[in-house]
Amino acid sequence: MSRTLVVAGHGMVAHRLVEALRGDDVDGTWQVVVFGEEPRPAYDRVALTSYVDTWDAAGLALPGAEYAGDDRVELVPGDPVDAIDRQAKRVTTRSGRVQHYDALVLATGSRPFVPPVEGADLPGVFVYRTIEDLDDIRAAVERARARRGRPAAAVVGGGLLGLEAAKALRDLGLSPHVVEMAPRLMPLQVDDGGGGLLNRLITDLDVTVHTGTSTSAIVQDGDRLRARLGNGTELDVDLLVFSAGVRPRDDLGREAGLDVGERGGVLTDAACRTSDPHIFAVGECASVEGRVYGLVAPGYSMAEVVAATLLGRDAVFPGADTSTKLKLMGVDVASFGDARAATEGSLEVVVNDPVNGSYKKLVVSDDAKTLLGGVLVGDASEYNLLRPLVGEELPGEPAALIGPAGGGEAVGVEALPDDAQICSCNAVTKGEINEAVHGEGCDSVGAIKSCTRAGTSCGSCVPMLGKLLAACGVEQSTALCEHFTQSRAELFEIVRATRITTFSELIAEHGTGAGCAVCKPAVASILATLGNGHVLGGEQATLQDTNDRFLANMQRNGTYSVVPRVPGGEITPDRLIVIGEVAKDFGLYTKITGGQRIDLFGATVEQLPRIWRRLVDAGFESGHAYGKALRTVKSCVGTTWCRYGQQDSVGLAVELELRYRGLRSPHKLKAGVSGCQRECAEARSKDFGVIATEHGWNLYVGGNGGAVPRHADLLVSGVDTAELVRIVDRFLMFYVRTADRLQRTAAWLDELDGGLDHLRDVVVDDSLGICGELEAAMAEHVAHYEDEWKGVLEDPEKLARFTSFVNAPGTPDPTVAFETEREQPVPVMLGVPEVANR
Amino acid sequence: MTVLSDEQQAGSTVWTPVCRVEQVPLAAGVAVLLDGGLQVAVLRTAGDEFFGLSNVDPFSGAAVLSRGIVGDVGGVPVVASPIYKQNFDLRTGQCLDEAGVRIDVHPLRITDGVVHVGVR
Ligand code: SRM
Ligand SMILES: Cc1cc2nc3c(=O)[nH]c(=O)nc-3n(C[C@H](O)[C@H](O)[C@H](O)COP(=O)(O)OP(=O)(O)OC[C@H]3O[C@@H](n4cnc5c(N)ncnc54)[C@H](O)[C@@H]3O)c2cc1C
Ligand code: SF4
Ligand code: FES
Repeated sequence: MSRTLVVAGHGMVAHRLVEALRGDDVDGTWQVVVFGEEPRPAYDRVALTSYVDTWDAAGLALPGAEYAGDDRVELVPGDPVDAIDRQAKRVTTRSGRVQHYDALVLATGSRPFVPPVEGADLPGVFVYRTIEDLDDIRAAVERARARRGRPAAAVVGGGLLGLEAAKALRDLGLSPHVVEMAPRLMPLQVDDGGGGLLNRLITDLDVTVHTGTSTSAIVQDGDRLRARLGNGTELDVDLLVFSAGVRPRDDLGREAGLDVGERGGVLTDAACRTSDPHIFAVGECASVEGRVYGLVAPGYSMAEVVAATLLGRDAVFPGADTSTKLKLMGVDVASFGDARAATEGSLEVVVNDPVNGSYKKLVVSDDAKTLLGGVLVGDASEYNLLRPLVGEELPGEPAALIGPAGGGEAVGVEALPDDAQICSCNAVTKGEINEAVHGEGCDSVGAIKSCTRAGTSCGSCVPMLGKLLAACGVEQSTALCEHFTQSRAELFEIVRATRITTFSELIAEHGTGAGCAVCKPAVASILATLGNGHVLGGEQATLQDTNDRFLANMQRNGTYSVVPRVPGGEITPDRLIVIGEVAKDFGLYTKITGGQRIDLFGATVEQLPRIWRRLVDAGFESGHAYGKALRTVKSCVGTTWCRYGQQDSVGLAVELELRYRGLRSPHKLKAGVSGCQRECAEARSKDFGVIATEHGWNLYVGGNGGAVPRHADLLVSGVDTAELVRIVDRFLMFYVRTADRLQRTAAWLDELDGGLDHLRDVVVDDSLGICGELEAAMAEHVAHYEDEWKGVLEDPEKLARFTSFVNAPGTPDPTVAFETEREQPVPVMLGVPEVANR
Repeated sequence: MTVLSDEQQAGSTVWTPVCRVEQVPLAAGVAVLLDGGLQVAVLRTAGDEFFGLSNVDPFSGAAVLSRGIVGDVGGVPVVASPIYKQNFDLRTGQCLDEAGVRIDVHPLRITDGVVHVGVR
């Protein structure tokens, strides 16, 4: 018989509970009903601040949190539990629904703490916990911006949450004040020394820090607010955000008569059971044996405990590691173990490097042998290795571990004991990961993630997973395919250095076998980037994917599409007429694409040269819709027409499209140019995007729409056109040389060692001294560009290949047929022939 | 030059001359149209072996296998369908990516530099 579990609250911890229960409840003993207060399923609250990057809530979604397709879970968002009737074992929700339970789990989380300050309830005062809070803050910033241009804001709270809020405001383009009562920022995590450095690093980011003072009153001042601080300072601001800690939401339990902890929170035993045996509490609303935790990892482990208990297994909460590693506004901060040296007789070893902006402290036992804890500010690269060593004997001199040489070298993963926790979010130990590698044959970081869950939450342990794989002797293969042990980047360098010009030569000297559909197009692309004549010249033709082989995109019925280049999306009426006439004469379907040009569909192989003859004669050229090459540079009308335009975005888009057209690259390249911050060209969703400002151009790189959207990152700002082109030249060539096959710039940048900073070092500051070479390579490309379609039309041998049948030239494929839909031809759905075993 | 796929030619195979050897590029293919509308992909490997397969990609229904990339996978000579990239064994028509799928093979014969396709 199935029993009913009711969950009050659908936050990160509730979701983990439902997942864990449903994953293990093979017999379906439990029917689950989840009531949430927020209007949407649980989302990644830890990453809340990143919502500012996209304003797209989908980016915070937790996989599977809608329980689609699981009829044993009913999720009811937007309908909080209002009361519990413990006698009758049922809850009543805000909408009046009464639901019986056999077991009830409280997972109601925390509420932001707002100190009882005069004026704390004024409009313009916000808290920071939900997506809706951020929407409200954004709306207030925009209203204020419309009124006065550059709004001012203050955050009350200089801890983890306060600095998160300050980061959100910074990302909204403001320079916020941060007010912290304690004498330093992040008082719970760092000591005075670390706090001092943190203060400096944060101030450098245009944040004004006020420590050692509280907010005594907030008063309305016209459409603004005035915040009075205890030290007499007054701040004129448009909005104020309280982000000064949280309080457990224990009211539901309290009103039902459950015991609560001394510092709030519904009191539970080590199995997370409250004073009513049918009711459990997990996450931030629980006070497990009197202790409340404000981090997600302990909440997850409570969820696992309750799921196990509900399935009849014994489990207890093991206590939690409250170590934290954060990147706050680009500043690394980590604290672990006994960070503040509370253990009797403990010693502190400090390495303070104000020049490089790093502060590191280890707390060790009185004999300096055992690691007790530590604080890292500015550079927390040793965190992943040091944290698991807490309570263990140190592998060396404490100072050497954090010395300038870096602990990375001093402590290897080998030094960690098997029970060292590598992934603290998901409580996965080194031993469990080694078991996954040796026992289950995991041979990549991805395999370890799906096998053990390590690395699937905050991601900070992912580099360690790679190191552990290496330590287990597993080489993570970068081989292009079975024919080449080299990566694409290595092959690029080989071809460049040896000046090999054919695939046959390359595979004979550096590979094995005959090649395949993976390595052939990849090598064809490398040969084309390095300028080896027409892409259909000689042997190159047979290396190309079908699309490149016929310089058109193959459609589902074997016909092709034709996309002439329309640089920047700007086109004359005469040219529009030519496209229309060609489409009419050849019976083609036409569509305006998402790339600001026109696609003509349904051309047969033999029609392609005749279509292109007409287009080339009218001045069109290939749009490379088929190639891993530059697609389009999308533009907005900019100063040409728009009343807000700040630079000539169409002119620049046309210039860039003509400059980079035909450049073969690891994957397709897209670009955009917007005339102002309104961003009508969606430039930040492109591989490189340019946005005009009063002072020149801002260049963003690594954007992507498609399957995994990513906003491009700002590489340089306020540059003139010549400088912009120079940096784009370098950026593109650096990408073309070093990326993997079919890796867009977004994924490449995400994987680039050192990320955006390193990229900037290389292509702006020329740290590798290769910029001259990159520019020369691009100049070479630009000088030798020729329209591929024109090249085909001029060469009878290439033209002869555009035929369906070698023994019946000119006869079109008889299986191709069209019907009419919305007044245009579309392919008749092809039956898929019988494919049974014969 | 070796001629394959004609080992088991039984009684009444009809041989049609389709093209000259040099009309099929190395490591590539061409399509031929036979009486009755049957389409055969004539594929030539880098090692200069010729194979005949049905031209129809069983996963999309499009007649396009002659336009796929010819190579090898684990030592097996293959053509990759240009539509969804499944590999087919040139010798047997077996799809390497889906065990239950196999396409027709057609024997080829080369006489005096002319390729002939056999249909039984
Ligand atoms: C025609 C068009 C759709 C439309 O009707 O508007 C289109 C059609 C195709 N897209 Fe696209 N994409 C088109 C704009 C886009 C856009 C929007 C844009 O460029 O502004 C995107 C998202 C932006 C982006 O790329 O970041 C887009 C993301 C994709 C992706 C996913 C890429 C990714 O990084 O996740 C693919 C698959 C791939 O390339 O591997 C793809 C692949 C394809 C292919 C090539 C699939 C295929 O192999 O058959 C389609 C064939 C086009 C053809 O036959 O001409 N298409 N595609 C658009 C042509 C634009 C152009 O003028 O060149
Ligand atoms: C900006 C920010 C950054 C953070 N960064 C980190 C970090 O880096 N590392 C880390 O470990 N932690 C971090 N945290 C804390 C982390 O988000 C929490 O520990 C975690 O979300 C707690 O999960 P929970 O499910 O217990 O509570 P919550 O996520 O708060 O979920 C509780 C849910 O219950 C709902 N609810 C309340 N009452 C009821 C009711 N009566 N009926 C139905 N539903 C109800 C609430 O609306 C809420 O949706 C951060 C938090 C914030 C806000
Ligand atoms: S991005 Fe700016 S300049 Fe361009 S069209 Fe939009 S509002 Fe006008
Ligand atoms: S430590 Fe957060 S995902 Fe592993």
